[in-house]
Formats: sequence, C-alpha cells, structure tokens
Amino acid sequence: MLEFILERYNYWIVITLMMTGLYIVYARGNLVKKIVGLNVFQTSIFIFYITIGKIAGGTAPIYIGDDLKKMKEGAHGDGHGDDHGEGHDAEGLHDTPEGAHANDLSDAGEESLHSKIENQFPDVDGNDLKTALQNLEPSEGEGTEVEGLHETVEGGGKIANQMFEGADKEAAGFDVAGAKEAVEGGLHAAPDAAAAAAQTMGAAASHGEIIYTNPLPHVLILTAIVVGVAGTAVGLALAVRIREAYGTIEEDELEAMDNVAEFGAAGTERAQ
Amino acid sequence: MISPGIAIAASVLVPLVGFLAIWLFDKSPNIREAATLTTGWLLLLLTVTVFLAVGEGARPGYEVFDVIEGLPIAFRAEPLGAMFAVIASGLWLINSIYSIGYMRGGKESHQTRFYMSFAVAISAAIGVAYAANLFTLFIFYEVLTLSTFPLVTHKGTDEARLGGRVYLGVLMATSIGLLLPAIVWTYAITGTTDFALGGILATHVDEMGLILPFLLGLYAFGIGKAALMPMHPWLPNAMVAPTPVSAFLHAVAVVKAGVFSILKVAVYIFGIDVLKETGASTPFMWIAAISILLASAIAMHKDNLKARLAYSTVSQLSYVTLGAMLATSMGVMGGATQIAAHALGKMTLFMCAGAVYVAHHKTLISEMRGLGRVMPFTFGAFFLGAMSIIGLPPMSGSWPKFLLMLGAADAQQLAIIAVLMISSVMNVIYLLAIPVQAFYMDPAPAEGGKAPGAKGAAIAWGHLQEAPFLCILPPILTALGAFILFFTMDPLYQYLAPIVGGVG
Amino acid sequence: MSLSAQLPVLPIVIPLLMAPITLLLPKGRAPWAWAVLCSWLAFAASVAIINNVYEFGVISYHLGDWAPPLGIEYRIDLMNALVLVLVSGIAAVVFPFAYESVKSEIDERQSPYFYGALLICMVGLLGVTITGDAFNIFVFLEISSLSAYALISMGGRRDRRALTSAFNYLIMGTIGASFFVIGVGLLYQATGTLNMADLHAKLAGQDNRVVQSGFAFIVVGIGLKLAMFPLHLWLPNAYTYAPSAVTAFMAATATKVAVYVLIRFFYTVFGFDFAFEVAAFTYVILPLGIAGMFIASLVAVFQEDVKRMLAYSSVAQIGYMLLGLSFATTAGLTAALVHMFNHALMKGALFMAVACVVLRTGSHSCHAFAGLAKRMPYTTWAFVLSGLSLIGVPLTVGFVSKWYLLQASFAAGHWYAGFLIVLSSLIAVVYVGRIAELMILREPDPDGPYALARKEAPLSMLIPMWVLVIANVYFGIRTELTGGVAERAATALMTMASGGAQ
Repeated sequence: MLEFILERYNYWIVITLMMTGLYIVYARGNLVKKIVGLNVFQTSIFIFYITIGKIAGGTAPIYIGDDLKKMKEGAHGDGHGDDHGEGHDAEGLHDTPEGAHANDLSDAGEESLHSKIENQFPDVDGNDLKTALQNLEPSEGEGTEVEGLHETVEGGGKIANQMFEGADKEAAGFDVAGAKEAVEGGLHAAPDAAAAAAQTMGAAASHGEIIYTNPLPHVLILTAIVVGVAGTAVGLALAVRIREAYGTIEEDELEAMDNVAEFGAAGTERAQ
Repeated sequence: MISPGIAIAASVLVPLVGFLAIWLFDKSPNIREAATLTTGWLLLLLTVTVFLAVGEGARPGYEVFDVIEGLPIAFRAEPLGAMFAVIASGLWLINSIYSIGYMRGGKESHQTRFYMSFAVAISAAIGVAYAANLFTLFIFYEVLTLSTFPLVTHKGTDEARLGGRVYLGVLMATSIGLLLPAIVWTYAITGTTDFALGGILATHVDEMGLILPFLLGLYAFGIGKAALMPMHPWLPNAMVAPTPVSAFLHAVAVVKAGVFSILKVAVYIFGIDVLKETGASTPFMWIAAISILLASAIAMHKDNLKARLAYSTVSQLSYVTLGAMLATSMGVMGGATQIAAHALGKMTLFMCAGAVYVAHHKTLISEMRGLGRVMPFTFGAFFLGAMSIIGLPPMSGSWPKFLLMLGAADAQQLAIIAVLMISSVMNVIYLLAIPVQAFYMDPAPAEGGKAPGAKGAAIAWGHLQEAPFLCILPPILTALGAFILFFTMDPLYQYLAPIVGGVG
Repeated sequence: MSLSAQLPVLPIVIPLLMAPITLLLPKGRAPWAWAVLCSWLAFAASVAIINNVYEFGVISYHLGDWAPPLGIEYRIDLMNALVLVLVSGIAAVVFPFAYESVKSEIDERQSPYFYGALLICMVGLLGVTITGDAFNIFVFLEISSLSAYALISMGGRRDRRALTSAFNYLIMGTIGASFFVIGVGLLYQATGTLNMADLHAKLAGQDNRVVQSGFAFIVVGIGLKLAMFPLHLWLPNAYTYAPSAVTAFMAATATKVAVYVLIRFFYTVFGFDFAFEVAAFTYVILPLGIAGMFIASLVAVFQEDVKRMLAYSSVAQIGYMLLGLSFATTAGLTAALVHMFNHALMKGALFMAVACVVLRTGSHSCHAFAGLAKRMPYTTWAFVLSGLSLIGVPLTVGFVSKWYLLQASFAAGHWYAGFLIVLSSLIAVVYVGRIAELMILREPDPDGPYALARKEAPLSMLIPMWVLVIANVYFGIRTELTGGVAERAATALMTMASGGAQ
C-alpha cells in the first residue's frame, strides 16, 4: 500500500497542487490571489503532462552530442557537428526507449506486451536498423528488447522507416524537413507503447542506451504555459482596470458596490 | 373559371395582397375600404369556386413545398373545409361592411391596423379550412392566433391589455403545450400528418393502447380555440375587442377554426370508427356536455351583453365537440352543420350588440329595456338570431340540434339528449329574454348624463333611433341567411355526407 | 499548390494574418472596414468548404503537409462545415452591424484593438471548429476565450461591472479550459495520440478509469465553456455588460462552438461502446439539460434587464441542445444540430435588436423598451419576430427546432421530455411576451429618462439585423440547408459513434 502511494508520488503532487489551486481560487476574495491560485492549478497540469512524458532514467529530450560521438564507431556523424540538427536526428532515433516508458496509470496488460516485444525484436533488428541507428546502438544484441517494443505497435514499422530516411537525409545534407518527420515519428511511436513495464527500461538504461523522455508532452505543455501566461496577463490587466474603476480588488467589496449600483444603497443595507 | 387547385392557393394569397393594399392606402380611408371589400368579393368568388368543385366530387389540392422533408405546406379541399371556407369568406365580406359602419360610427383609432390584421386573420382561417395535413393546419392556426392579438388589444386600455394577455396566454399555451406535442406524436407514430378518410391512426390502434385516449385529450384541449372547458377563458376575455372583431372572429373565424379542427382530427386523424370501437372519446363527450351546461349557466348571470354572448358561444361550440365525440355519423353531421348554423346566428347577435353600442353606447342588458321600440330592426334581427341559436324552427339552428339528438340516440347516450334539451331551455331564458325585454318593457329611467342617444351615433328616423345603415344591414342579412339555411339544409347535408359516408 | 487546395485553412489563416494589421490602422472606420472585409472573406471560404464537403465528402487537410496522426490535421465533415458557416456567417453579419454600436459604447482610440480582438476571437472559434486535433482545440479555445475576456471588459466604459464579469469569466473559463487539457492529457496517456479520428480508433474497446476520468474532465471543462447548467454562472453577467455587438456575436457563436466540441467528443472521439458515456447521457446530460431548460427560463422571467434575460434564455436553450444530443439517436442529434444553428440566428437577431435600443436609449433595462413600437418600429418588429422565433411559432426557425426536438423525443420514447420541451417554451412566451407587450402596447413613463423622442436606429444596423431576421423566417420555411445537412451530419456521426468507420 505504502509502496503504491510512494511510487506515484508525482501524481500526488499533481492532485495536491490542483486542489490547493482550486481552493485558493474559490476561497480568496482578493483578485490577484485568485490569479495566483489559478496559476498553482495550472502548474499542477504542467507537472501532470511532464509526468506523462517522463521516463525513469531518461534524460531531457535534447540531443547529447558528445555521447553520441563517442558511441558512434564509424565516422558517420562527422562533419555534422551542428547540435541542433543532430538533436533532431537523435530524438527521432530514440523513439524506442521513450516508447518503453512505463505508464503507471494505465491498466493495459503489461505482460502480454512484454512477451510480444521479445518475440518480435530480432525481426526488427535485422530488417529495419539502418546505418544511423546501428552506429548509435552500442549493444544492439541485448538492448534492442526495448526497441522491439516500439515495433510491436501498429504502424510502427512504417514510421521507423520514414524516420530513418529522415536520418539518412540528415546525415547526407541537412534535410531539415526529413529530420522533423523523424522527430514526429518518434513522438508518435513513444506513447503508443506507453503501457510497457518499467523494468524494461531499467534494462535498457543499464546497457548504456541513452534514454530520452517523451518530448511531445513537453511541447504541449510549453504551449499550455504560453496560454497560461497569456491568461494570467489578461487577468492581471483586468485586476488593474478593476482597481482603477472601483478602487479595490477585494471581491466582497466589489460585490457590495455592484449591489449599490443595482438596487441603490437601501438594497445593500437590507442585504446586510 | 380558374382551376380549383389554383383557387385554393389564391384564396390564401388574396387576403395577403389585400393586406398590402390596405397598408398602402393608409392615408385614404375610402380606397382602403374599397380594397377590403374588393378582396372580400374576390375571396368569396374563389371559395365558392372551390366549393362547387368539391360538390362535384373533386378534391382539388395545392402543394406549396416541403418545410421539413416529408412535411409540406399543402392544401386540399374536402366538403367540411370547403363549407367552412365559404362561410368564413362570405361572413367576412358582410362583416367588412359592418366594420366600416362600426369603425366610422365609433370613430375608432388605428383603423388601418385593424383592417390589416383582419386580412391576415381571414387568410389564416382559409388556410386552416383548406389544410391538407395537421402540419399546415397548425401553422395557420398559430398565425390566426397571433394576427388576432392586435384586434383584441385594439383599444389599448389596461383592460384590453389584460384581456389580450389572457387571450394569447391561453391560446398559445394550449396550442404549443398540448396541440404541438399531439401532432408530433401522431407524426412519430404514423409517419405522416396527412388527413385521410377513416383516420391515419386507424392502423396503429392496437399498438397504442392508453395512448389513444390520451392523444385525443391532447387534441381536444390543445385546440384551445374550440373553447372546451376549462380552456375557454380566452373567449370571454377577447370581448374587450371592438364588436366586429367579436362578431366575426369570436363567433366565426377563430372559434370555428377551433371546432373545425376538432372535427377534422376526429374524422381524418382518428377516424370515427376507431373512436366508436375504442370508446376513447366517451370521456371527452361528457366534458363537452358539462361544458355546454356550465357555460349556459354562467351566461345566465352575465348582464354585459357581449359577455353573455361569449359564454353562449362557449356553450354552442361544445355542441360541435360533442358531435365529434359522439363518434356516430349523425353526431359528426350535427357538429358540421352546427358550424354553419351557429356562425350565422351568433354573428347576427354580435352585430346587433354592436349596433346597440354604436347607436346608444350601451353594453349592459339591463340598460336595454325598451330599446327595441326605437331600434326595431336591430332587435328584430336579434330575435331571429336568438331563435336560431336556441334551435327553434324555422331557423337553421334547429337542424344541428336535431341531428345531434339523433346521433346521441345512435350512440345510446340518452343522457346527452337530456343535456341538449336542458341547454335549449337555458338558451331560451338567457337569449330570448333580451329582445322580449327590449320590446315590451319600459325604458329604464335615464341616469344623469346617460340619456339615450346622448353619446351614441344614432340616426334619428321618425321616432326611431337606429344605428347607422351599414350597421343594420349586415345583421339583417345574416338573420335572413339563417332563415334560408333552414330550408336548404338538405343540400348541405348531402354535400357534407361524404365525410362520414366513406365515399369521397 | 493551388489556392483551392489550401481552401480548408483559409478561414483560419486569413483572419489570423489580418488581425494584427488591424492594430496598425488609424482609429475610426478603417479597422472596422478591415474586420468586415476579413469576416466576409472567411464566410466565403466557409461556404466554399461546405459546398466541397457536401459534394465530395470529408476533407482532410494536413497542416504544413505533416501527415496525421502526427501532424495536425484539419478534418472537415458536414458537422464542422455547418458550424463553420454558422460562425463565419454570424460574424459576416454582426461585424458590419457593430460600427455604430461600438462607436457609441467604446472609446474610439480603442477601436483598432477592439476589432483586432474581435477577429482573433473569430479565428479561435473557427479554429476550434475546423481542427481535428484535440490539443489544438484547447489552443484555439483559449485564443477565442482570451480575446473574449478582453472584448467583454471593453464594456467597462459604459458600466464598470463589465470588468468584474470579464474577470469572473476569465477564472471560470480558464478552469474549464484547464480541465479540458487534463482530460486530453489522460486520453493521450491511454492512447498516445491527439488526433481525434485516431483517438476514436484507439479508444475503441477501452473502458478503464483513465479514459473515464479523461471523459469526465473533458465534459466538465467543455460544460463550463458552453454554460451547461449549473456551470453557467459566468454567462449572464458577461453577456449583460459586454458591448452590445460583442454580446450579439458571442451569444450566437461561442456557446455553439462549445456545443460542437461536446458533440465531437461524445460522438466521434468516444462512442457508444464506451458504456460510461451512455450512463453519462442518461444520468447527467439529460437531467441537466432539462433542469437548465426550466430553471434558467424561470430566472429569465424575473429579469429587469433585457440583455440578462436573453442571457438566461441562452442557458435554457443550451438545455434543449443537450437534451437532443443525449437521446443518442440520429433524430436527437439532428435536432441538437438544427437547434444549434437556429438558436444562433434568433439570439443573434435578438441581441442585435437590443443593441439598437441601447444605441438610442442608452439602456438595456426593460423600462427603456416601453413604447418603442412607435419610435423604433423596425427594431421593435425585428425583436418581436425573432422573439416569436425563440418561442417557436410556426414559420420561424424556432418552430423547426421544436419540431425536430419533439419528434426526436417521441421517437426515442422519451415522451415526457417532449412535454417538458413545450412547457419550457411556454415560459419563453412569458418572458418574450413581457418585453413585446412593453414595446408595443405601453407608453413610456413620461417623467422617466426614456421618454424623449428617439429616432430609429441607423441603416447600417438595421440592414444586418433584418438580414438575420429574414434568415429566421427563411430557414423556418426551407430547411434543406439546416435540417438536411444536419441530418446527414448526424447520420455520419451516429455511424462513427456506433463503431463504424466514417
């Protein structure tokens, strides 16, 4: 029981923040404090989305150039030292470990998926891995268990191909669009496998695989943060205007003043 | 001659053209009134064309377009509707003549608005008469309600406003609250709203069970214009309107549109046989019977002439409902002929009441004692009209009563015969008393400032102080009509027979 | 890459690009004219789209040529197309109308910002409608909401309560949008996709707690946006104190788009094999719809302020739509869609009439309406006709809506719902009748502030208003465009919801 709770500590944080935020919005009369409450509430959503994308042992979805170079046995990546471009590349390639991210909330059968992975990975191994990926994987033999997982997902193979094409283009001459596609491929594939077990990932990590967290929720939440900031800005601007118009930002005082405007002073007295 | 199908469409359209003409000639009353009368003649011509065609066995129709897929605005003339259309258009013409006399005699304001509303109302009434399906009927039924609202509130006083509120409230509440769901329900069950002889529900009786009487109840009360108690309060409240409105709309067009719809629903939606076999209509037959007696009882207590006539109308309308709910062919025929006979009789009475008001500004019956001596034509017509309503030969009103009693005997409802007889006795008391008092009793002592003729627009003619000519002629015409109809009832009966005979 | 291939994105891109330019225009007529032009272009594009969809079926446009389900897809079937035409059509009518009204209610210096925000608001609403991506809906929803907060607060010049009501709307709206995001996140967790068509495929057969809580969050979130009773508390004040033209635009579009999103999620994303949804229909949406119909209508009867009265009436009308869609039948869904369209027409016209009255009398209290029939006949009759439409009198769109709704409830066996529908429209008779009687039959209080002789509203307001009023009558007589399209859209949705492919 305790383990159950502790394992999901991030969800507890989300829930606590969410409730705290809503409570502040509800209970505080000060308009600015309401906005603060709203922000706390929204923060909980950010954390929630980050949780979705988080993979145990995974690093931020930013391409780590040096590691990659070290791992590349061939000179494939040479001359493409641009971190930005290769960052895309790597993200695309690393759909596999992301896909292995275990999702605690999901009830989907872990075992069956797991076995499926084991059945399929050799196949994947042989057919699909092209130069870029091969160079990237230091220990395909053991580590690809995780990669296989990606391939089990319907349509995954296609996407992988697409992605590799992108990677090739990238290698050849910086085809940004192709790289983008590759990224997207990775993005898509990752959550498809979101139901896989956590230990799979641990195994992958121990084999020296670079594990990136799922970038899509991060992208989403960046958008949501922008929206949230805009909302906060509008809210605060309104608070400023309200203070100009009423001389206060306390809700009960505002209400009393509105009542006077509507029913006259007598109405307020009666109400009180 | 134009084809009857086109005549049907034209008869709905012509009053609307008249509406525009009246609006255009707002500033020159004579041309405006000419427009009204021309429209009236044209309309009568058109409806008679249709009437004759239907008499020859044709069932002309005109389909406008589908409003919702499968639900067209469509017209189809059948004997009942053709008769109602002729009555409505004929009496509208007479009433227009009367209105001109009344409105000018009373120097009423907003006369243009008055005639415009009237034109829309008659168009809607014709639309109801020719409707080929419930959907079309409902549309024109509602238009009729709304177009008459400005007429009811014509005087613009607080009293008129209050009356108008009740009028609109009751009619809208019943039509939207009960009639519309009933129609949609029928549509949901049968997939059509077309009127068909024998009833469109006939093939669905078995699956309906208790829904059948419930649905009939929705129609009976939902058609608020039929003024079946307790849905009647709009009618007395509508009496705040000027008398021509009461005479035409609340003795002919609006109320008859109501009972006409009830007959249509009974004959073409449910089918008389279905009603007879299931006995679904029996409870409503009793409600109609109670309505007849109760309304008569209330009428006896009213001193205001128009209020008394209004309750008399409530009572008489329930005759038609009763006829439909008896679910025998005689009953339905009684109801159908009652539409014609009562229209003539009650219109006469209302127009006489208006004539008295125009000439002497009197509305209370107690003030009218002895008035017959100075207004012999008016009260003479009133006397004939009252006889027709009561059902005394040689006035046309006697036939429907006779047919209804036959129908009640067919249905083996002897108590209904008793109800009809008691009602006639009550009619005698509250209607015949008025002309008798007017002719034989001495005038009431004139109160200060209320000397006879002091305020009214009476026209002195010897010792007579009659209403303007245009106010006397129409009631005399309708009274004569009621008299003639007594002798021509057989052709009318034969004409209407297809609606119960299964042929046509 | 011809222009026609890019057609689906035009209603978004045109206003989105044109809106910032508004800010650069000099104050006065220019921003307004620019906004009007933009709304007409968007409308033309929308009409072209619905034509296309009607003839050739679903349009799928891949934004930036990224293939779905990875890229953002604009997926337009008949339902979107109908809402698209509705929103841009209302904009095309309300924007020309706005000039005089806005000039009298808003500081002229703010007019570039005002029209800019109005365009952004329209973009947001069109975007919500057109997109096939769940997260994209959130973004567009917030784009429209944020500009709506700003627009409403601009009513603060006339009445400072606009500021507080905009603030309240902001709080409620943001919570609603956040709930929606949480729901979308949960669905993403369960399926790994955000594309709605893809979500539908992946959600098939899933009925676990993640999906259930995602469903609940989405329903509550959208419920807040569409003012589903009892989440409607922000709406009456916001509509009352917003500038009149904004009220006319928002009342006719904003809640409709939210209803669209709800239908989209109910019928396309989830489906009937998701048992939780069927339960939600029966135990939540249906009762709330009915409660909204009655409670909000009754509250409307007692309002002194006409705008607030109509706002409560909007809450009630949303109840009809919820009722229709909760039947989970083709007829019910058709009724909901038809009513969505029709209600936009009548509420738009009604709020425009109120805007005319506000322009001439300076007030939207019901006392200002007394005796207007003589002084502002065209405004009065526009109000009365669209009021009759709201009641559901034959030959108006309201009647068509009622007919579809009644038919759906009888056909679905919910005959009691049929009677509740007509009962609540009788309450509408009371509140519309009250104002209509004031306008036609009463004289203004001779000592009151509204007794001064007023002239009719200017032509630039009358014409757009009467366009809507005539639309009210036209679509009340000919229903191929509304009922026909809605029925086809509903059939397609029902096929999807019952598990079939589109």
